[in-house]
Amino acid sequence: MPSAAATLKPEIQFATLDQQGETAQLGIWVFLATETLFFGALIFTYYIYRMSYPEQIAHAAKDAVLWCGSVNIGLLLTSSLTMVLAINAAAQGRRRELVFWLVATVALGVIFLGVKGYEYYLDYKDHVVPAANYVEKPGEGPAGEMFWVFYFVATGLHAIHLSTGIGLVLYMLWRVSRGEITPAYYAPLEVVGLYWSFVDVVWLFLYPSIYLVGRS
Amino acid sequence: MYRWVPFWPNTASLQGVVVNNLFIAELALCVLIVGSVLAMMATFVIRYRRGSAASRGELVHKTWHWEIVWTVGTLVAFLVLFGWGAGIYVWLYQAPKGDIEIYAVAKQWMWKFQHPGGQGEIDTLHVPVGKTIRVVLASQDVIHSFYIPEFRIKHDVVPGTNQVVWFTPDKPGTYRIECTQFCGVQHATMIGNVFVMPQAAYAQWLANQGENESLAQQGEALFRTYGCSGCHGANSTVHAPSLDGLYGSLVHLQDGSVRRADEAYIRDCILTPRSFTVAGYPPVMPDFSGQISEGDVMKLIAYIQSLSSRNTRNVDSH
Amino acid sequence: MSIATDVEPSFLESENTLASWLFTKDHKRIALLFFASITFFFFIGGFAATLIRLHLANPEGLLQPAMYNRMFTMHGIVMVWFFLIPSIPTTLGNFFIPMMIGAHDLAFPRVNLGSWYVFNLSGLVLLYALIMGGIDTGWTFYTPLSTNYASGYVFAAAMAVFVNGFSSIMTALNFVVTIHRLRAPGMTWMRLPLFVWGIYAVSLVMLTATPVLAMDTMLLAVERFLGVGMFDPTRGGDPILWQHMFWFYSHPAVYIMILPAMGMVSELITCYARRPIFGYAGMTMAMMAIAIVSFFVWAHHMFVAGISVYSAIVFSLLTFFVAVPSAIKVFNWTVSLHKGVISLDAPMLYALGFVLLFTIGGVTGLMVATLAVDVPVHDTYFVIAHFHYIMVGGTVSAFFGGLHYWWPKMTGRHYPELWARFAAILTFVGFNLTFFPQFILGYLGMPRRYYTYPAEWQPWNLLSSAGASILAVAYVLPLVYLGWSLLYGRRAEGNPWRATGLEWQTPSPPPKHNFETTPVVTTSPYAYNPEDGSYVTQDGTAYA
Repeated sequence: MPSAAATLKPEIQFATLDQQGETAQLGIWVFLATETLFFGALIFTYYIYRMSYPEQIAHAAKDAVLWCGSVNIGLLLTSSLTMVLAINAAAQGRRRELVFWLVATVALGVIFLGVKGYEYYLDYKDHVVPAANYVEKPGEGPAGEMFWVFYFVATGLHAIHLSTGIGLVLYMLWRVSRGEITPAYYAPLEVVGLYWSFVDVVWLFLYPSIYLVGRS
Repeated sequence: MYRWVPFWPNTASLQGVVVNNLFIAELALCVLIVGSVLAMMATFVIRYRRGSAASRGELVHKTWHWEIVWTVGTLVAFLVLFGWGAGIYVWLYQAPKGDIEIYAVAKQWMWKFQHPGGQGEIDTLHVPVGKTIRVVLASQDVIHSFYIPEFRIKHDVVPGTNQVVWFTPDKPGTYRIECTQFCGVQHATMIGNVFVMPQAAYAQWLANQGENESLAQQGEALFRTYGCSGCHGANSTVHAPSLDGLYGSLVHLQDGSVRRADEAYIRDCILTPRSFTVAGYPPVMPDFSGQISEGDVMKLIAYIQSLSSRNTRNVDSH
Repeated sequence: MSIATDVEPSFLESENTLASWLFTKDHKRIALLFFASITFFFFIGGFAATLIRLHLANPEGLLQPAMYNRMFTMHGIVMVWFFLIPSIPTTLGNFFIPMMIGAHDLAFPRVNLGSWYVFNLSGLVLLYALIMGGIDTGWTFYTPLSTNYASGYVFAAAMAVFVNGFSSIMTALNFVVTIHRLRAPGMTWMRLPLFVWGIYAVSLVMLTATPVLAMDTMLLAVERFLGVGMFDPTRGGDPILWQHMFWFYSHPAVYIMILPAMGMVSELITCYARRPIFGYAGMTMAMMAIAIVSFFVWAHHMFVAGISVYSAIVFSLLTFFVAVPSAIKVFNWTVSLHKGVISLDAPMLYALGFVLLFTIGGVTGLMVATLAVDVPVHDTYFVIAHFHYIMVGGTVSAFFGGLHYWWPKMTGRHYPELWARFAAILTFVGFNLTFFPQFILGYLGMPRRYYTYPAEWQPWNLLSSAGASILAVAYVLPLVYLGWSLLYGRRAEGNPWRATGLEWQTPSPPPKHNFETTPVVTTSPYAYNPEDGSYVTQDGTAYA
């Protein structure tokens, strides 16, 4: 493990630090492709049922808390901006600014989770939690419950990914404190930034699928 | 016809004869391909073994020519096999009107068959030789699969659907029915027998089953018990589609699609009506899913079939 | 070429604490760690197979029906996910991909080690499910049987498969990035050995298909655990949707199992026939075509399930298309023997066995791809025979061939050649005796997953079980003599087979970082002189 920025050397399998950085980026892109397929399979299943039972799903989706979802999409989009600003600061060697934007990203992510948690509490009070206290409301039918299964699986998975992202950003803050992120080599930050953006993009697909059903 | 082929299994249906021909042709092609590969390998391994005096000069460098030849050759052979197989499959899987329609319910771990006249059997099925038999399949629990090896026919029985399989037995005898989709502990004992009988013997067998209400009559009783006649009956004041002549006709649904009113459609309407509301009618029919057993659904279907005022059935697809 | 002993110690000797193995970043050590894991699971799956064939030798059987059902389920799950899919990539792939492209290690060594730990974690979860009582749904987990009706540890088994998928993804990601970025100077794509192409192609398939399996198992687990209705027809769900989603992964999965084997066989045939492969470009394109088209044929597992006739026609046509590149490969391998200088060492026997058995499996695949023939033979022993010819006659043969080929390089020891040839021939005989009768049983009408059958089919079943006992011996033998060779085998030099390839330009076993300096490549692969099979390396060493 390199101890100080000045003597940062590539690992044995790489010829240069540049090669190491570019390889890391290719790696994260490939990983994100697999994540796209993972979430994609879920969203595909959801749309199969949505096309089969449009009215039932629309009825069920009425209980989705629109303001929570909308606040959250605002938070996430802003956090992608703060992440990009952080990377920009790293590229230019402005360490205090880098730390500021990273902390902002973490804060926005944590607030997202807070809003989500409150939303889950509201969902529980509304009796829409399958297997816990789910009550089928008029007009919903069996597909209504499937909507809520999709909702909890999708937002739950997303929250897990977001929490992982927050952890990764905190890890970046730690590496910054040790001087390991410099204009000469900030590839780890770019990798985390790409991951963070992906988590944001997933929400871009989940938001209309969950909150904008039948609201056009 | 293929009895000279070693270990050749018996064939007892018209379908089987057609499938056999294709199978033999493919088997011959397989033997040809495997034989040539084996022959070439053996020849080369012996001729060009280390230490042999065979000439190795002038290796083929432009390999493209050969590769194109055998690529095109295999593609043509494959397309022929595909077309032949697809043609037979379309015939096998588009059930015609049939002379006799049997209703089959698969459940763990038995086959229940009902003849149109109401005669019921478990794990046995008596049919006359030379007639086209249609079997409407439903499952009460998990996925099963209805397979009669000697007829070369098979169809999965999927819960929540009605599937139709058909065959024309051409030799009297006894033939195994097997379940061939793993369905639980006793999957291997979900066996039955088809008894193919000369037509006179079949008629005699039917008569010997005692007085039975036909399926359609049983269905009529259920039609009243479940309250269907309240909306669909002649004296109803509710605006509900008439069921006279429904079976086999084309129905226009609320979402703009058109469906033929076959067994699967009628089943869907009974169990999940809101998804299949007919155009021009209010979506008020109650949902019967989970309330009517597969056997009862089949009797209701038989009753509705009997309401056809004209025989307007075309070749049904399902 | 002998290696001076005053150079760097080999990767086996460089450090010898337990920690140096369990926390290693060296791809070669990780490969050996994977060898241990997959060998363990091979024998677990093999144990289940032994019980199955012992039971089926007689219609009365040996096991209770519920136990028999658990045995075939365990056999399927263990062999597919814990042996066949990881086998060649995590062992031979891990060891040799960096060496074959002239790199010092894979791109992400810690991800590589992580993959091994994740694999073992998934194995522990599966073992928990098996020891606690097992499951009996078949490896295909068809709903609603697996969600609503099966007793047993379906949730745990689904979770084991879910975790296992991440191991696949981690390994595949590493290979794709490594092959793109870490090739030595001069090692262009069209100079890569075909084994590397095979691993590259398989990694692309793994990366695309496995995430879908992860979502499938997650949804299955949710359904099973929470009792919701996604695949339950009584609650508006669709059991056929499960089949579509499952097979969307599981069909490419079978190509995951065969592509590395195909790459391996190309290495073996070129080395033991001492000539370049016939049609190198065609072989690379064939593997890539198989990888891509494999994603478009999944519903050929569902021809009798009630899909529309039109879908069935499309999928049958596409299935015939995916068979064409495989046929090209078989012809190219066969013709690669023409004008070679052929020796029948054990690896070559396995390779030749592969070509023949894969061809038989492949042509019977044509038969099940044919719609009208699939109707009677679907879900019978015909299909079982078909896929075992490909997976066992194919992949396992190639795995053993590669294991023997690279054994001197990995361990620095020769295996006993006569015993190895005997085992290879015994495998071939035992295999055919086990599985050929199953084609006949299938067309006669014996369904899969049956714990009993009518007495008139017993001769075929008995023959098959007899063959299985021979096969069992043939698989245990290498364990014995390879183990023996570790202690008493003749020491190996750098290039005992006088083969082309950068991996043979290192000592046996290689040092920790493979090459002292990064090699520069100027020749095409398999640069054997066709007249006499001789070969000269880049630095001038000549092999007769």
